[in-house]
Amino acid sequence: MSDKVSAIEHDGSAYARPGFWSRHGETILKILIPAAVLALLVGIWQAIVVIYQTPHYILPGPLLVLEAFFEDWGTLAPALWVTTKITFISLGLALVGGVGIAVIMVQSRWIETALYPITVILQVTPIVAIAPLILIYTPTTQIALLICAFLVAFFPILSNMAQGLKSVDHNLLNLFELYGASRWQTLIHLKLPASMPYFMTGLRIGGGLALIAAVVAEFAAGSAGAGSGLAFRLLESQYRLNIPRLFAALFMLACLGVAIFALTSFISWLFLHRWHESSLKREN
Amino acid sequence: MEHVTKIFSNGTVALNDMSLTVRQGEFVSLLGPSGCGKSTALRIIAALGDVTRGAIDWPSSRISAKGRPEGDISFVFQEPTLMPWATVFGNVYLPLKLRGQSQSGVRDQIMEILRTVGLQDFANAYPRELSGGMKMRVSIARALVTKPKLLLMDEPFAALDEITRQRLNDDVLRLWHETGITVVFVTHSVFESAYLSNRIVVMRARPGQVFDDFALDTSQIRDEDYRSSDEYHQACAKVSHALQGAIHAAGGEH
Repeated sequence: MSDKVSAIEHDGSAYARPGFWSRHGETILKILIPAAVLALLVGIWQAIVVIYQTPHYILPGPLLVLEAFFEDWGTLAPALWVTTKITFISLGLALVGGVGIAVIMVQSRWIETALYPITVILQVTPIVAIAPLILIYTPTTQIALLICAFLVAFFPILSNMAQGLKSVDHNLLNLFELYGASRWQTLIHLKLPASMPYFMTGLRIGGGLALIAAVVAEFAAGSAGAGSGLAFRLLESQYRLNIPRLFAALFMLACLGVAIFALTSFISWLFLHRWHESSLKREN
Repeated sequence: MEHVTKIFSNGTVALNDMSLTVRQGEFVSLLGPSGCGKSTALRIIAALGDVTRGAIDWPSSRISAKGRPEGDISFVFQEPTLMPWATVFGNVYLPLKLRGQSQSGVRDQIMEILRTVGLQDFANAYPRELSGGMKMRVSIARALVTKPKLLLMDEPFAALDEITRQRLNDDVLRLWHETGITVVFVTHSVFESAYLSNRIVVMRARPGQVFDDFALDTSQIRDEDYRSSDEYHQACAKVSHALQGAIHAAGGEH
């Protein structure tokens, strides 16, 4: 506001050329405000640690965490890589499996009746409860974690995709029938594009859940050694009362989660922004 | 399309023992109160609905397994029914794509049809960027791109404002003259049917049947002058009278 006023005062033509601020002001604020809030919170954290002289094995200050982050990078980076790998591979498998089974399920009501209860049972059973069992049947812990994360991420993708495939505009279906479209053509040219928004919802939910499941399953499965992920490093740091390292690992997990969220949101935007309501800015 | 006869009865009595013959080149309006089954009749002609009894006869030689002449029918729905993820071009291209024709081979054909409906500058626009009337034009362009012999329209302009509707009516009339296509046009508007068609079929409800069926041949060219002519007003009065009769016959609850 103040910029606009000063623009009028200076050259008397506020409409002539919109300043940098009025063009990008909103975007800048959208970045600045959350950053400022975050910085404030970290500041309060540091202040509490300094004022109350909290011992670092209970609550380390942000500076100490930062130090641990760099010092323990050698230990934490491979663990981060393992967790990332498990998350993305399981998400990939869940995408293929979820979309594939959704497509098969909507082909016939009998297939849906046969498969749906099984997918629900897999979904509602707490994953931590199955993890030890899976561990027995799989050759390595990695594969067990992969299966756990897959099971968790799979369901939202399946149910969203199935919902999307069933929610196609009936008149468009009629239109395809009228033009003699084959089942395959209807799937490729109508049902899959029409269920894109639903798929993207499934992807965003599944992406977040895959990471959570990868961590929770590792807690339950209790991996160790070179192939262990961030969850193991979290537990290990706790046992050794190396709380700064625990915070550093936590920080990494948070960053990974944010990155996955940003990536899935970006993919969603990429595919939907040209036509779907959810990606449009309301203009009136 | 020389002699299309369809005789059917429907268990739920949406339509009861209705017969109708549409001749080639006619512009037939199916007019009636809501619930008289005029949309149902149209869907049955397109073989989009099941028939309890009766059959539809086509003069055409190539009849598909579904019971409709392959590629000779197009349908314009009440809503534009466009694919929101495809451009105007992509939407009009759809019927040809489903026939396996390559995009490069039919580009000129599509642009030509877009020019006919006045949307040549909007080929790359997405449906959400268009007004209601423009979306309907895309829908009409898509229906015409296969060069069908029979165009079925199910209250296509009911949701549009009066001015847009009149312009689209003129467009449809022009296209009908230019292409010699047969049109079956479902509407609930007396004025629309009187303006457009050269034959009006009035339907009654409970059970859905043909109540009245008459030709509406006019000496005048149907344009803005026709809209204010006595001939048009007389036609409207005639259609309105027939519609009142149909409503009365069904119990007059409307």
